[in-house]
Amino acid sequence: MSTQAQPVLEATTAETREISGAEVLLRGLLAEGVDTIFGYPGGAILPIYDALYDFKEELNHVLVRHEQGGIHAGQGYARASGKVGVVFATSGPGATNLITGLADAQIDSTPLVCITGQVFAHLLGSDAFQETDVINITAPVTKWNYQITEASEIPGILAKAFYIARSGRPGPVLIDITKNAQLDKIPFAGYEPCTHIRSYRPAPVVRPQAVTQAADLINQAQRPLVLWGQGVVLGAAEREFRAFIEKSGIPAAWTILGAGVLPADHPLNVGMLGMHGNYGPNVLTNECDVLIAIGMRFDDRVTGRLDKYARQAQVIHLDIDPSEIDKNVATTVAVWGDCKQTLPMLTRQVAERTHTAWRQRFAEFQAEEVDVVIREALFPTSAELTMGEVVQQLNELTQGEAILVTDVGQHQMVTCRYARLNESRRHITSGGLGTMGFALPAAIGAKFGQPERTVVAIIGDGGVQMTIQELGTLMQTGIAVKIIVLNNQFLGMVRQWQELFSERRYSFVDIQSPDYVTVARGYRIEGQSVSDRAALGPALQAMLAHPGSYMLEVMVAQEQNIFPMVPQGCSVSEIRLK
Amino acid sequence: MERQEFNITAYTENHIGLLNRIAIIFSRRKINIESLNTSPSEIEGIHRFNIVINETEEVVRKICRQIEKQVEVLKVYYNTNDEVIWQEMALYKVPTDIIAERALVERLLRENGARAVVIRKDYTVFETTGHRQETDNLIRVLEPFGLIEFVRSARIAIIKASDGFHLKLNEFEETQPSDEVIENEYLNDRDGVFAM
Repeated sequence: MSTQAQPVLEATTAETREISGAEVLLRGLLAEGVDTIFGYPGGAILPIYDALYDFKEELNHVLVRHEQGGIHAGQGYARASGKVGVVFATSGPGATNLITGLADAQIDSTPLVCITGQVFAHLLGSDAFQETDVINITAPVTKWNYQITEASEIPGILAKAFYIARSGRPGPVLIDITKNAQLDKIPFAGYEPCTHIRSYRPAPVVRPQAVTQAADLINQAQRPLVLWGQGVVLGAAEREFRAFIEKSGIPAAWTILGAGVLPADHPLNVGMLGMHGNYGPNVLTNECDVLIAIGMRFDDRVTGRLDKYARQAQVIHLDIDPSEIDKNVATTVAVWGDCKQTLPMLTRQVAERTHTAWRQRFAEFQAEEVDVVIREALFPTSAELTMGEVVQQLNELTQGEAILVTDVGQHQMVTCRYARLNESRRHITSGGLGTMGFALPAAIGAKFGQPERTVVAIIGDGGVQMTIQELGTLMQTGIAVKIIVLNNQFLGMVRQWQELFSERRYSFVDIQSPDYVTVARGYRIEGQSVSDRAALGPALQAMLAHPGSYMLEVMVAQEQNIFPMVPQGCSVSEIRLK
Repeated sequence: MERQEFNITAYTENHIGLLNRIAIIFSRRKINIESLNTSPSEIEGIHRFNIVINETEEVVRKICRQIEKQVEVLKVYYNTNDEVIWQEMALYKVPTDIIAERALVERLLRENGARAVVIRKDYTVFETTGHRQETDNLIRVLEPFGLIEFVRSARIAIIKASDGFHLKLNEFEETQPSDEVIENEYLNDRDGVFAM
C-alpha cells in the first residue's frame, strides 16, 4: 500500500536494444517519474554522469557543493513534494558523506533513493582507490540497500528500491552500482515497476475488531487526548484526521513532524508536544484518561521520562509500523495500518462529542503560557530582538503560505512554537536526528519540490556554518530561497542547557560568525543584517520581495532561553514555564 | 521480567548482507548472541536463522518485530527452550592409540551416544549431538584420555507441535499482496509463540 503519490510508470521503449547499465538506470528513473536529482560526480559514478549528459532535458540534475548537501536537498524535496528524493554520489568519500542524511531520513521516514557509484566488481574488497564497504556502512541507516555488480540487475533493483522507499513507512534506500555494471551493455525492452516483494509487507492488515475496541474506549472517555505525528502526513490522511477530530471533539496535540495537519487556529488544536512544546498538552498528557496516538512514535523528546508518562491513561496507538507498537509506551489497543484506512473506520464508530469542560483545561493552561512566555516572546518589551518576533512578523507577511525549513536548535523550537502553520508539508525540519546543517540544503530541495511556493530557511548561526557552501548551489541554480540567520552569537541550545544544568559553564559555545552578508554577496546573493526592531519588518519585506535568493541576518538576544521546557529526565507534567 | 534463553526463528530470503542487518539489531542494543545458525530451510530460496539470546520476553518481542521489519525477512517467531526441540553438534578429537588400548573409552562413548566420524593412526574424531550439558559431559569424560581438540556447532531448533513453515509460506505467497491477515494459526500452541 503506497503512502506516496504514485508516479507515472511507462516502459520507455518497446523495442529491445543494447544500452549501457547507466542508461538503463536513467530510463528507469524517468519511468518512476523522477524529474530532479541532487548529486555530485566522481570517478566511480562517471558512466552515469556521462549518460546523464544526454538526458539533460528530461532530468534536472542539481550540482550541490557537498554530498551531505545533496542528500539533505533530496530530503527537502521529498518532504515538500511528497515524492521520492533522488541523490547521486560517487564511491568512497562521496558515499560516506551521505551517511548523516541517510540516518536523518531513516529516523524521519523520508523516502529517498540514493545511487552511489562503486569500484569495478573485480576490485571489490581490495582497498581500491575510493572503495568503501558502502552496503555494510549504510545498513543500519537505510530501510533497504543493495549492491549491483551486473548491469542486468539494474532495472529490477531500481524498481524494488522505489517501491520500498515510498511504500508503507517510507524511508531511505541506497543502491551501490559497480562501475562495470554502469558501463556494460544489456538488452533493454522497458521498465517494469515493482508492486510486490514476497518478504515485504508495506502495511499490516487492519483488524476491524481493534478499531471497534478503540472506538469503545474513546466513547467511554471523559478526558481523551489525541497526539498526532508525521504518519498522518505520510498517509496523506489530513482530511480523514480532521473528520475524526471534529466528530469526536477530542483536543489534539502534535509532534514537530506532524505540524500543520490541523491548522494552528483550529479550536481542537491544543499545541505542540514535547520538550519545548506547549504547557497544556504536556501537563494534561498526565491527566487524560484515554491517549490516542496517531502516526507518532513516542520519541523521548515527546515523552520525557517514560516511567512517569501517561501512567493513568489507556493508550490507543494507530501506526503503520508494527514495531512501533509497545516500543516505548505500552498500548491498551493497537490499531495497525495506514491511518488513511483506519481513521475513517474509527470515525464511523465514535460518538459526536464536544468535551467542553476538558477543553477548557487546555485553554486555561494556554492563557497561563501566554502570560508567562508567549506574549514577551512575540511582543517583547526589552530592546533586544527575539527569535519569536521574527517568526511572528514572518507569519504576518507570508500568511502561512510559505514553506519554512528549519535547522536545529533554539530557532527551530521557536519556529515550531510560533509559526502559524495551516497545512502539512509547510514545515520541514530534522526531527529525530536533530541534524545541524540540514536547513540550507533542505530548503534548496524544498524549492525544487514546490517551485511555486516561497521557501524560507530559518537557521541559527551554528547550523548555517555547517553547510554554508550550499550558497554555491543557490548561486548556480538561480532559485529563490530566503535565508534568515538568527544570530545570537552562541550555539544557543547548548548554551541554554549549560546555563540551566551546568551552572553557566559556557564550554565552547561562543561561536564566531563571518560577515554573512558579505559571504552571501560573494555568492552573488543579496542580503542585509538587522539588529534593531524598527528595521526588522522592512527587512523581512525586502527579503520576500526580492526576486532571487536572499540572506537576512537578524541579530537577536544572546542569552534568550526557550520555554516552556521539560528538563531532561523529568516527566512531561514537570514542564517549566521559566 | 525474568531473563531466560529464547530461541528466535527467522525465515528469510537468501540475500547477501541480511546476516549483517540482523546482527546489527542485536549489537546496537548491546545484546550478546549466545548462538546463531543459518542455513537453507525446507523451502527453496528461504533461509532459516536460529538465534539464541538470554533476555527478557519483552526485549525479545521487540527485537523480533525489528527483525521482521527488515525487507527480506518473511516471518519471525520466538520460543522458550520448553517450546522447541533443540540440538547442538560437537566433534571431539582424541588420540587413537589410547582409544584402541582402553575399552573403557569406547564404552563411555557408547554411553554418551557418540560415533566415530574419522579413524586415523594418530587420532580419531567422534561426533555427538545433544543439549549443552550432554556435549559438555563428553568433554569431561574424554579429557583424561587426551582430548586434542573440540568444536561445537550453533544451536538448531525446531518448534514443537508445528506443521512446518512451508504451509505457512504457501499461504503467504498465495495471499500476497492481498489484505488477508496472516497469523500464526498453523501452530497448535498459539499463545506460546510470537505472531506479528
